Amino acid sequence: MYAVFKRELFSLLNSLMAYITIGVFLLASGLLLWFFPDTSILEYGYAELSSFFNLAPFLFLFLIPAITMRSFAEERREGTYILLATRPVTDWQIILAKYLACFVLVLFALIPTLIYCYSVSKLALPAGNIDTGAIIGSYIGLLLLGASFLAVGIFASSITKNQVVAFAIAVFLCFIAYSGFDAMSQIFGFRAIENILLSLSVNEHYQSISRGVLDTRDLVYFLSFIIAFLGLTKLVIGGRKW
Amino acid sequence: MSIQVKGLAKHYGQQKAVDEISFEAKPGKILGFLGPNGAGKSTTMKMLTGYLKPTSGTAKLCGFDTQMDSLEVRRIMGYLPENTPLYTDMYVQEFLLFVANTYQLKDAALRVKETIEKVGLDPEQHKKISMLSKGYRQRVGLAQAIIHQPKVLILDEPTSGLDPNQLTDIRELIKNLGKDKTVILSTHIMQEVEALCDEVIIINKGKIVANATITELKNEHQMTSLEDIFRKLTS
Repeated sequence: MYAVFKRELFSLLNSLMAYITIGVFLLASGLLLWFFPDTSILEYGYAELSSFFNLAPFLFLFLIPAITMRSFAEERREGTYILLATRPVTDWQIILAKYLACFVLVLFALIPTLIYCYSVSKLALPAGNIDTGAIIGSYIGLLLLGASFLAVGIFASSITKNQVVAFAIAVFLCFIAYSGFDAMSQIFGFRAIENILLSLSVNEHYQSISRGVLDTRDLVYFLSFIIAFLGLTKLVIGGRKW
Repeated sequence: MSIQVKGLAKHYGQQKAVDEISFEAKPGKILGFLGPNGAGKSTTMKMLTGYLKPTSGTAKLCGFDTQMDSLEVRRIMGYLPENTPLYTDMYVQEFLLFVANTYQLKDAALRVKETIEKVGLDPEQHKKISMLSKGYRQRVGLAQAIIHQPKVLILDEPTSGLDPNQLTDIRELIKNLGKDKTVILSTHIMQEVEALCDEVIIINKGKIVANATITELKNEHQMTSLEDIFRKLTS
């Protein structure tokens, strides 16, 4: 499995696309956070990163499907999947290898944003006076959210040969999971199941972790979300007719 | 018997791509798999590798069932898929090392070196796969199939699209490999069958129409050309 993981990661790192998507992510978050007056921390006046953590899920909504879209779709189109499938590695190992390789790439995209934390803590008055707990919680929440989006992206990539279709499906599913359930719970007719809808929403659990409180319910939610989508991927891959 | 196939069938809806075929293959022999396009050659081979799940019937490689002991089968088998799909963004050595590592070979680097020499990839070994010509890609395909010294070698049209010089080289290589392994290869070129294969299976519309050695076939049909026999059996 390590060999497959290594190949996946290197092939992601060898493609220009990974750098462009990560670059765009960092550029967009940098511009929105420090430059555009409407969302800028400097204009906001408080030394906190909540605007970054509110913004990041929407950037992830596009960044992550862009990273995952090629994982299975490209192999199907090129016919190289058979090369992997006839090696002594199980379907799960292939899925996990691809998943983890994409996860590492998301980590690469997030690491530079630690500079924001440093800057904000320096800007605080007195310096260093920031809510560290909330920031750590938010980063954990963001990682879990990213991990969930990755699982959706990998699944979307496994059901089609076309990378663009995989991207579109992944963005749509992530969007529904992130804010669709929230929005649905607002509908008057769904008042009765409002709590169920809210508890299905990624955003709800993300916000809850972002407060800096690690609740097992949120962890269980994210883990089962990831396992569910990777399980669906296994079903698609296992029942292949291609 | 290192390959045992019993009543193997693959149906796609109403269409019977492979219709209950049975055959066996011995080690040290090269088995030629012949048939018109769409006869079910590639489908049969994919089922032998365990990649496709048969609708019914079983296939065993060296006693391991391709579905039940799938991982074992994949360890002892080398497969060159049709059209030779390869990771074209990788370098030749990098790719072969990756393949060697998926088998968790201990002396992976050494095996890569040996295999590159064996298939004659030396002059191109530092290139990217996307830069290689068709003939050299075919060699990379063969290299990835034999790098772990498999007992059974399944080659789907290993010589399609090669020039006459490359053809001779690759045939020579396959012949050498066939000395101690069980080799199944599919092809459309009759001279190749006569040059390489010990036994021939002709398959048409998913059914086996002939399974014999070349001399037996010629005696049986009173014809000297394999091409005529092929045409008689499949048209």
